[in-house]
Formats: sequence, C-alpha cells, structure tokens
Amino acid sequence: MYKMKRIAVLVLAVVLALGAVPISASADEVTINVYNWGQYISDGTDGYIDVNAAFTEATGIKVNYMTYDTNESLYTKLKTGGSTYDIIIPSDYMVSRLIEEDMLEEINFDNIPNYQYVDEAYKNTAYDPDNKYSVPYTWGTVGVIYNKNYVDEADIGSWDLLWNEKYADKILMFDNPRDAFAIAESMLGYSYNTEDTAELEAAAEKLKEQKPVVQQYVMDQIFDKMIRGEAYVAPYYAGDYLWMLDENPDLGFYFPEEGFNFFIDAICIPKGCQNKEAAEAYINFLCDPEVSGQNLDYLGYSTPISEARQYMDPTMAESDIAYPSDEVLSNSETFLALSSETTQLMDSLWLDVKTAAADEGGNSGTLIMFAVVAVLIIIIGVLLATKNSKKKRRANRGKAN
Amino acid sequence: MRSKLLAAPYLLWMALFAIIPLCVVLYFAFTDFYTGAFTLANIIKLADYLPIFAKSVWLALISSVICLIIGYPVAYYIAGRSPLWQRLLYMLVMLPMCMSFLLRTMAWVAMLEDTGIINSVVKAIGLQPLPLIRNDAAVILGMVYNYLPYMIMPLYTVIMKIDRSLIEAAQDLGCNSSQVFRGVILPLSLPGIISGFTMVFVPAISTFYISQKLGSPGTTLIGDVIESQFKTAYNPNLGAALSLGLMVIVFICVAIMNRFSTDDDEGGVVTL
Amino acid sequence: MKRFNFVFTVIVMLFLYIPMIVLGVASFNAGTDIAVFKGFTLENYSELFVDKTLIPLLLNSLILAVLSSLIATVLGTMASMGIHSMGRRMRSLTMGMTNIPLTNPEIVTGVSMGLLFAFIGIILKTQNVLGFTTLLIAHVTFNLPYVILSVMPKLTQMDPNLEEAALDLGCTPRQAFFKVVLHEILPGIISGALMAFTMSLDDFVISYFVYGPSFRTLPLEIYSMVKKPLQPKIYALFTLLFISILLVMCVMNLLQARDEKRGHNLTHKRRRNV
Repeated sequence: MYKMKRIAVLVLAVVLALGAVPISASADEVTINVYNWGQYISDGTDGYIDVNAAFTEATGIKVNYMTYDTNESLYTKLKTGGSTYDIIIPSDYMVSRLIEEDMLEEINFDNIPNYQYVDEAYKNTAYDPDNKYSVPYTWGTVGVIYNKNYVDEADIGSWDLLWNEKYADKILMFDNPRDAFAIAESMLGYSYNTEDTAELEAAAEKLKEQKPVVQQYVMDQIFDKMIRGEAYVAPYYAGDYLWMLDENPDLGFYFPEEGFNFFIDAICIPKGCQNKEAAEAYINFLCDPEVSGQNLDYLGYSTPISEARQYMDPTMAESDIAYPSDEVLSNSETFLALSSETTQLMDSLWLDVKTAAADEGGNSGTLIMFAVVAVLIIIIGVLLATKNSKKKRRANRGKAN
Repeated sequence: MRSKLLAAPYLLWMALFAIIPLCVVLYFAFTDFYTGAFTLANIIKLADYLPIFAKSVWLALISSVICLIIGYPVAYYIAGRSPLWQRLLYMLVMLPMCMSFLLRTMAWVAMLEDTGIINSVVKAIGLQPLPLIRNDAAVILGMVYNYLPYMIMPLYTVIMKIDRSLIEAAQDLGCNSSQVFRGVILPLSLPGIISGFTMVFVPAISTFYISQKLGSPGTTLIGDVIESQFKTAYNPNLGAALSLGLMVIVFICVAIMNRFSTDDDEGGVVTL
Repeated sequence: MKRFNFVFTVIVMLFLYIPMIVLGVASFNAGTDIAVFKGFTLENYSELFVDKTLIPLLLNSLILAVLSSLIATVLGTMASMGIHSMGRRMRSLTMGMTNIPLTNPEIVTGVSMGLLFAFIGIILKTQNVLGFTTLLIAHVTFNLPYVILSVMPKLTQMDPNLEEAALDLGCTPRQAFFKVVLHEILPGIISGALMAFTMSLDDFVISYFVYGPSFRTLPLEIYSMVKKPLQPKIYALFTLLFISILLVMCVMNLLQARDEKRGHNLTHKRRRNV
C-alpha cells in the first residue's frame, strides 16, 4: 500500500509541475479574454489567417478565446457575474439591451484608428445611436438553407417550407426565441419588434404548429446536420450557408419572400474589463481591412468595411448572398431591443413552444401521469409489505431466541 | 466519541457549499424576478410543467430498472471471479466513464442517426432506414448506457463482501440455487441495489444533454427546461422553482428507497 | 446460470465499449464525418501534437481531477468514519445532507454555486472570483457523496468486532484504524476515489457555471466544440487518453496484486512465527 501512496504522490507532483506551466505563464503577460460566437473567427484552418495568433504576433498581447452559442447565453453569463471579459461580440438587439442595462464600457475611439474604414452605413445605428459602445464586426441576413437533392424546387421561396409536412423530421429550427419568433412573425405579417401580446401569442401558436415536423431545435449543430444530409431544410445565417457550401455543394439558399432579418454583430467591451487598452487594440486589429477581409473570407459573413473586400476571394466578395442588392435588402428588417416585459413574455412563450407535446392530442402526458402514479403506488405497497414481513421475521427470530 | 468529530470538516464543507447554495435556490424560488419581493407565483407556475416532471420521472425510472436488470448479473459475475479478474473486470466497467460523456453521447448519435453508421449498413442491405434516434427509446438507451457503471459499481462492492460461507450454509440446509439467491444473496445485496438505483435515477432524471441529443423535440425533460432558464432565458427565479420541484421529487424517491436500507443497517447485514 | 452470466457480461462489456470503438476508428479517419470512413490516416495524431490549445486544457482537467478527488477522498473517508459512529438520528441527518448534491440536479448545483461565488465576489470586491479555486470547491463538493456512498457500505458490512478486537489487543485507536479498519474499507475508498476522479475529469455542467476565463477544462471546450463537425484530432486525443488510462489502471492493478501477494506471504510468515 505504501508503494501505491508513493506512486500517487509522484503522479500528483508530476501533474502539478506540468500544470503549473500554463497557469503561471499567463501571469506576467497581458492577456485579454475574448468571448465570441462559436466558429466566428478565422482560426487558421485550410490555410486561412489565424486571427488570434496574428494579433498576438503583432502586439504581444495574448488572447484567451472562449465561445458561446446564442446572444441569450452570453447575456446570462455576463448577468450571473463572477468573471470578466474584455471583448464580446453580441448582435444588434443584444447590444442595445446591454447598453440599456449599463453593462458596456464606452470605447475610446482614439485607440481605434481603423474605425475610419468602417462604412458610414454601419455607423449611427439604431442600437447604438451615438457610436459610443460598439464597433461593427460583421453583418448578415437570415434565410433558408435547403438540400437540393431532396427538396423540390417548387416548394421553395417562402418560410412555409419550414412548415411543409413533406419534409417532416428533416426540418431544423432555430434554438433561440428571437430568431424563431421572427420567422413566425414574418409569416403572419407582423413586425419583428412587435410588443403586442396577442401578436406574440399568435406567433407562438404558429411555432407550435410547426413542432410536429421539426427534427430538432438547434443552433450551430445545423452545420453538422446540413452538411451530412441528416436534415434537409434549416433557417440560418447567410454567412454560415457560404461556409457550409464549401463542405456540401448540394446546399441551396434563398431569401424568403415574406421578409427576413438583417443583423449587425458588433464588438463591445463589457463592464469590468481588465485591460481596456489591450481590448481596444484587439478591436482595432479586427477593423484592419486586410484582417477583416481575410477573416470574413473564411467566415462567409459580410464585412462592414468596403475596403476589406479587395482582400477576399472574388467569388466571396461578389457573392449576392453575402452582399445582396439593395432591392433584396429592402425586404429585410432589423431587430431592436424589446422591453424587458416583452423579452420575458417571449421567453416564456418560447418555453411553451419547446415543452409542448409534439404528438397531437396531448393524451400521452396524462397517460404517463397515470403510469407514474401507478408505479409509485406499487413501490409503496412493496415497501410496506417487505417492512411488515421483516418485522414479523424479526419478531419470530426474537421468539425463537 | 472522538471518531464522530471526523465528520466535522465534512459537515462544515457541506454547510458552506451545499446548504448555503440550497438557500440561494430557495431564495430565488420564492422571489419575484423584477422586484425581488416574496412571491408564490413561481411555485404556482410549476403546475404547468407537471407532464414534463412526470415524463422525466417515468424515463428515469425505466432506465434505473433496466440498469438494475442488466447490472445485477454483471456485478454478480464479477464478484464471483478471482481477485485479479475481479479487479480487471471492475476496471473495464469503470473505463468507459473516463472517456468524455459528451463524446460518448456524440458517438451514439453517430451510430443511430438517419445517416449514421447503423443506418448506412441497413441502407447498404437495401432496406429503409430505421427510426433509431429522436424517440424515447433512444433517450432511455442513452441513459442506460451512460449510467450503467453507476449501477454495477455499488452492486459489485456489496455482492463481493457477501460471506460465501453463508451461501454454502444455505445450500447445505437444502436450499436450491434460486432459494439461495432470493433468501440470502438478494437481501444481502439490498444496500448496493439502493445505492445503485439512487446513483442512476438522480442523474437520469435531471439530464438534459442526452435528451437534447437523442430525443425528439417532444422529449423535453425537466432538465432541459431548467437548463434553458439558466442558460438562455435568464429567469433564475422560475429555474430555481423548477429545481426545487425536481429536488422534492428526487427527495421523495430517495427517501422511499432509503427505507429499505435503514432496516438493514439496524438488523445488521452480517448477522443475517 | 454461470454460463449465462458469463455471456451476459461479455455482451454488456461490448455494449459499454461500442462508442469507444466508434471514436477509436474515427481517430484514424481521413474524413471529418464520424459516420463515413474515408480511409486510414495518422494525420489526426500529428495534428494533435502540434495543437496548442487541447493539451494544456487536458492538463488543466487532470490537475483539477486529481486534486479534487484527493481532497474528496480524504474528507469523505473521514466523514464516513464519523457518520458510522453516529447515533441513528444524527446519522440520518448527515446522510440527508450527503444526499443534497446527489438529489440536486447537476445544473442546479452549478447555478447555485455560481450565484454563491458571485455573491462572495461582491463581498470580497473582486470581479474575477471565478477560477481554479471555485472549480476545485465545486468539484470536491459533488465528489464527496460518491466517496461516502462507496465507503459507507463497506463500513456497514465490516464486522464491528474487528475494531474492538484490535483495541482489546492493545492497539491505539489510530493503529486500529490504519491496521484493521482501513484494510477492510480500502476497496471502497479506492473505488470512491476513482469514481470521484472520473466524475471530476468529465464534468461540464457544474463547471460551466463556476469556471472563469483564467482556468478552463477540456470538457468545457468540447462542449462548445461539439456543435460543429468535430475536428478528428479530438478523437485522436481521446483515443490516446483512453489507452493511457487503460495502461495506468493495468499497472496499478499489477502493483496491487503484487503488494497483496507479498502482504499475504507476510501474514503467513507471521502466523507461522506465532
């Protein structure tokens, strides 16, 4: 046994010694914590630029890179507290929500000379009217991605493809309330920013109708499922479609005729940032036309910096999916921040949608209830029976003694 | 008297990091999201989620029973081997748990999907792909797979300790093998059964990853709802109320199971 | 019956190892799709060795798992001894407390601890309270019940006369513990420690709510990666991890077997001398 103890101590010592390296290494250098969407920066694969490594090389500042999957989970992480980040990249409506709740630092634009390259169209936006808190990172649109091998061309064109029973169990849907409601609102002809309870409830009903044909509610798993042909139809961001197209050329994309969402994802510095200047250097680096061009060439999203397009692959720079014409864009609508009551209402309606029984009738729920009650009764019965018999046995034993 | 104090550091630790967080949950469950004032609204809202609670209990119960049925013979077999084999087999049961739970579940998804490994074989034979994934059975499979070692381990630990001479004595007294099993081995392994049942039931009832990956959009378990409250919807108050409901259910189940074992503690397992 | 149990055990073992086989094969796959084998390659392994993010994260996970399981094992074994010598009421009260982290869904444990730490952070006036320490505390807390649940059955099964006999024969309570009780409950302690280690190595739900940017673990990273077509080098990493854990466990087993043999011989000798 002593040998084992010695081995254990030795193992521990080695592990600690090895582990101490990555911990202590970060202590004396400047490191910024970057919290970004998953798969939302060029990371050096397939010969594209490794943005974070290039930044470290250029400035000596290390990047501690982490990812989230929805605006809402970013918000929750920030709201729960206990840790701080230096850079976050929320979407437009989340930026304004964060501004409203005083969760963002004002950016010192003197440290971001590259801001001059950002197109005027992406300044003075509705979500940050005074250009104090955010710098646009990308913009894009939402549309429908479909697999040309399985989806009939006659069925495309509208959002109702996502409700089409022909493709039941092959349809994916957004797993976040804002994007999901937007689709239903498009179909019903409402604004994406409606605060009307009746309209939101109608949208929720519409989403419940869709549930029987939905394969899964997902976010970034859409990549995997669409590329592999596990699902045929999915609403998602146009930029990600271009990324997927490289992996699976059978995928098609269209802008639904009822209208679609236009969004800007912006770089912000949250309150509690530890290295504001380093964070601003990072923003400045991302706004460099060459970096932005190469980065977004890989991502497939659209750049708010026109000059960056010359550093892109021409097919990407001229793609009418990444850069749709003004005529197409006239059919789009941006998200604005909703009041917190409306956000709460939407969240709880969304929860209703997701927890609604998929099979119609809803009898199964009650059936299950009965089954559980029956099982519980049986268990308690067995329990009482064994208890009694044990007592009896013990009593008998007592007598025998 | 002195050895009772051995539990003191543990009790202190648990008070700090288990009881106080529990109070935090209680606090959130009974307060309003906006004002922070006392309210029962969150608790009342639980009624809406009754079918989901029921479904979670149901699936977890089925999984635990299947785990017991599968795990018992395995544990029994392992306990009957020579010490070297016992350790080896025990290790083999433990080993899959060392691999990432996320990756193992992903591997099951890769097996069961419509374009997955099993269905590509099925298609190669010329049959229609089977609906293997996105149903309750797949969720139960995932639970049984992931939590089976939790059942086998305590069972083995207890069965191994059963005095073989008791079994021989019972045999000498004319018991046939099923009588020996029912009269001697099964009652003696009861603490292990309870321990294993608890260890499977609790993670199974609160899982959200398995149901998200292997279940259909209709298989929303209570774990999924709680996760969404804390991860995306940011309504910690409703989330805390839901957690409270879940804890009460689990507590009742565990209490029922523990009634078996306290009896045996008193009776003394060894004295029969 | 015995044959049935044997066949059944083999089948169950196969069942337990199916995903491992899938992942192992995928680590040699030239394509990224786990379900389609596109040809044999070792490229995933060479990519893994030049990867600068996965290995440090794995080390982080290992440090955390070793430390937290060690602390939990010591605290938990002590606690089990204490609980064992408690009166009935006290014992059920303590066991009830042990059940808290167990009956709490993982996610609730995580969230409630996250909230608690955030609150402590406010008191201490630091915004970066989340980090290695908070992860360690959380991991020890959820490991403790597993240790206790493994050790308690051993203690209840142990013949109480053994310890008394040792004490009667002139052992101090400490000697009685190390020479008699520990020997009896050791399998429980080891299985508890191993369980704590694996639980800790693999946890992501609780970690998600108590980790800070300064210290992350491998499961957290995988949880955020699993959404995309996974890079096959992750399969390579886990295949290697699997093989090394297998080797470590085999060596430990052999050592233990040898130790036991020696111990066995010793007691024999001692007996003969007596």
